Amino acid sequence: MQILLDIVSWVLLLAGSAFALIGAVGLIRFPDVYARMHASGITDTLGAGLILAGMMIQGGFTLVTAKLILILIFLLFTSPTSTYALANAAYSRGLQPLLGGPEPDPAALEAADPASAIPGQAESGSVGSVSGEDKSS
Amino acid sequence: MFFAATLAILIAMGLALARALMGPTVYDRVLAVNTFGTKTVLLIALLGFLTGRPDFLDISLVYALINFIGTIAVLKLIKYGDLGTVGHAPKGEP
Amino acid sequence: MLHAASLGLVLFGTWLLLSGMYVPLLLTLGVVSCAAVVWVARRMDVVDHEGHPIQLGWRALIYWVWLGIEIVKSNISVARLILDPKLPIHPVLVTLKAGQQSELGQVIYANSITLTPGTVSIRINDNTILVHAVVKAYAEDLESGEMDRRVTGIEGSDPPQLLGSR
Repeated sequence: MQILLDIVSWVLLLAGSAFALIGAVGLIRFPDVYARMHASGITDTLGAGLILAGMMIQGGFTLVTAKLILILIFLLFTSPTSTYALANAAYSRGLQPLLGGPEPDPAALEAADPASAIPGQAESGSVGSVSGEDKSS
Repeated sequence: MFFAATLAILIAMGLALARALMGPTVYDRVLAVNTFGTKTVLLIALLGFLTGRPDFLDISLVYALINFIGTIAVLKLIKYGDLGTVGHAPKGEP
Repeated sequence: MLHAASLGLVLFGTWLLLSGMYVPLLLTLGVVSCAAVVWVARRMDVVDHEGHPIQLGWRALIYWVWLGIEIVKSNISVARLILDPKLPIHPVLVTLKAGQQSELGQVIYANSITLTPGTVSIRINDNTILVHAVVKAYAEDLESGEMDRRVTGIEGSDPPQLLGSR
């Protein structure tokens, strides 16, 4: 019985680690902020959930498991809130998401880019360079 | 097995740190730091199991809260340039 | 008053869970600090149907189970996208209608959209939510309106109305 529980918790831990890694790879590969938020969402939901579930099985019915559940609840409540705050802040500063197919047309993108018209933006004016980056990967 | 999970989390943290350094916009960096924080919470909890010290879970819990508050504070600073600003107060209230 | 009592109980339960030491002095301190927090929260006027939504009840639990299954499904789908060597993403922005009556319902809906990977809610206006989806199919899933209906369902038959301030 103990062996069975151990195997289940190992599988959960490994699957959670795999999802956390996939989320981090997506953070590198996706072309712009809005797309990267989806990758970060993978780590926050299933990656964290599976790893914490694996630890809960090791903990058994103790205070340890109760604290792990509390951590999971905190993560699940706070991560969408901070992602929404980030998306809202980026969008209201005029940072436009890249839309369309896997290979966006840089010329059309620059023409449709209103961010460059808004003064006082130190870094978010470089939207055009975002589209050029990571496209080759 | 906890060791393998810890290693995977460390690699993922390295990738998030790379994104935080690469940018290119400030929002990319905030997003990367937020993800980095979530992984730190998991790393601390895993370290507690790895070293057999369940007290680490309390630290992990507090870190989850600080990570959230920190992200919101940085975003507010970027958006208003001042942490003391009252954001959008609902209409009809003083 | 009901909300304040329930908040106090939840706070004290959390205290018991986190402290793990059950001696009279610490229990007294716990009761005193929970009472102080409830008093401050009442003064701040945040103990209401939004700050402490006990009226959702068991319907919220059923919704969470359904949401959990959706999260797992969309996680696997987005993970496949990331690992695909061609990275076949096709981001779209769509505006969805939120049929909820209360602000709390809209918040639950927007957070559920963000919590499922593949879709992120960007902005809430009066009754619409601007959503960024990484592939068109995810946006079409949301447009079919099943999540909207379910969130409206957990609000119950007599939800507090939207204030004019939104």
